[in-house]
Amino acid sequence: MAKKMAVETTLNGEETVFLCEPRQTLLEALRDNLGLIGSKEGCGNGNCGACNVILDGVLVNSCLVLAPEIEGRSVVTIEGIAEDGELHPLQQKFLEHASLQCGICTPGFIVSAKSLLDDNPEPSEHDVRLWLAGNLCRCTGYDKIVRAVLDVAESDA
Amino acid sequence: MQALEFVAPTTVDEAISALAAGGGRARPLSGGTDLIAQLQEGRLALDTVVDLKRIPDLMAISISGDGLTLGASASCHSINANQAIRDAYPALIDSTHLIGGTQIQGRASLGGNLCNSSPAADSIPNLIAHSVTCNIAGPNGSRSVAVEDFCTGPGRNVLESGEFLVSLDFPAPPPNFGAAYLRFIPRNEMDIAVVGAGASVVLSDDKSTIQSARVALGAVAPTPLYVEEAGAALAGQPVSEESLARAAELARAAARPISDMRGTIPQRKHLSAVLTQRALRIAIDRARGTKTVDELGRLNGHG
Repeated sequence: MAKKMAVETTLNGEETVFLCEPRQTLLEALRDNLGLIGSKEGCGNGNCGACNVILDGVLVNSCLVLAPEIEGRSVVTIEGIAEDGELHPLQQKFLEHASLQCGICTPGFIVSAKSLLDDNPEPSEHDVRLWLAGNLCRCTGYDKIVRAVLDVAESDA
Repeated sequence: MQALEFVAPTTVDEAISALAAGGGRARPLSGGTDLIAQLQEGRLALDTVVDLKRIPDLMAISISGDGLTLGASASCHSINANQAIRDAYPALIDSTHLIGGTQIQGRASLGGNLCNSSPAADSIPNLIAHSVTCNIAGPNGSRSVAVEDFCTGPGRNVLESGEFLVSLDFPAPPPNFGAAYLRFIPRNEMDIAVVGAGASVVLSDDKSTIQSARVALGAVAPTPLYVEEAGAALAGQPVSEESLARAAELARAAARPISDMRGTIPQRKHLSAVLTQRALRIAIDRARGTKTVDELGRLNGHG
């Protein structure tokens, strides 16, 4: 067993210290060490987006980050999207538009869409489809996801 | 993934020491979009990963009258978000905006794209078109290499054991300079180039003559391919479709692709000519100030 490292980070707004093996990805640390199982492993190599998190304000695949890299950084996961026990508007609109079926891709889509709206509060449909190109869904055909994101953007406008 | 040591030096000298201590079983880490995937899939076995992103020189983006110095580990996202780069080197965004998807761009660096040395790398033909110089550090001191001489084969490059890329120097764009990168993929996003073409031109003051030009191709040879003869054939020629067509034919002739799952030899030869001609047209439009970044984005499916 390799020696473990202590990593101090800001996780969903809270100062957090956790132990990890240096070989662990951020995704593994979130799920296995911290019990945050909202982020999913789809492909494990950066193609599917199911593990997406926001690292220092930037959207990344948590399967392609080593856990020790987040020392001193700030991470937002799907668990940090809802506020005060209320669903985030994206989560609410995903429900209303039936934007999920099996649900495995959904946390990644919500996190990606949050990152998009933080960056560009009034995206066009093309902007949404381009931003979400790195998120794969095998159930919905994407259209309901895109409509939900556009609905949130238009509701906020 | 196998057990690893993780170190995050904060100076170039510390990184040199860490890599030397690890011998051949230590590798530098930037965005990790290639390295971590290779480790996960067991294609690469290491004892030590040396994260370079805590070293200011590796993350710096500095623009002056002398040009742009880009830290090798700076992410595509940080480049896309930099208005000074968008203004001075709009063609660079052609590459940084189409490597992977949004979340890959959040991590992936141009230094990493170069050091991964894929023949299909989307940034390298563009870096060649921009006459970039690579600044390398290592146990035997620092040295610089022209980017067209950096890659030596698929996944291979001039870096010696213990060496790593620190930064990329872009010369200041001369007056009437324009560049472009185009790639062909069968879908809209998230794919590897069947062929990519980077081009740059410097026009005369009246913008009617091509003073000099550079052309480079991706995915048509064991390394990204600098087609020096295409640029040489354009020097001194009028800006005309005939001039561009001659350069395109030279690009087609220089391409020596393979047939694989992404494309055949005849298709890639054809694309080499077509993309070269189109990239040159856009480079000329940009040199004349008649094409914006956003317009070009649409050509790469990113409108």
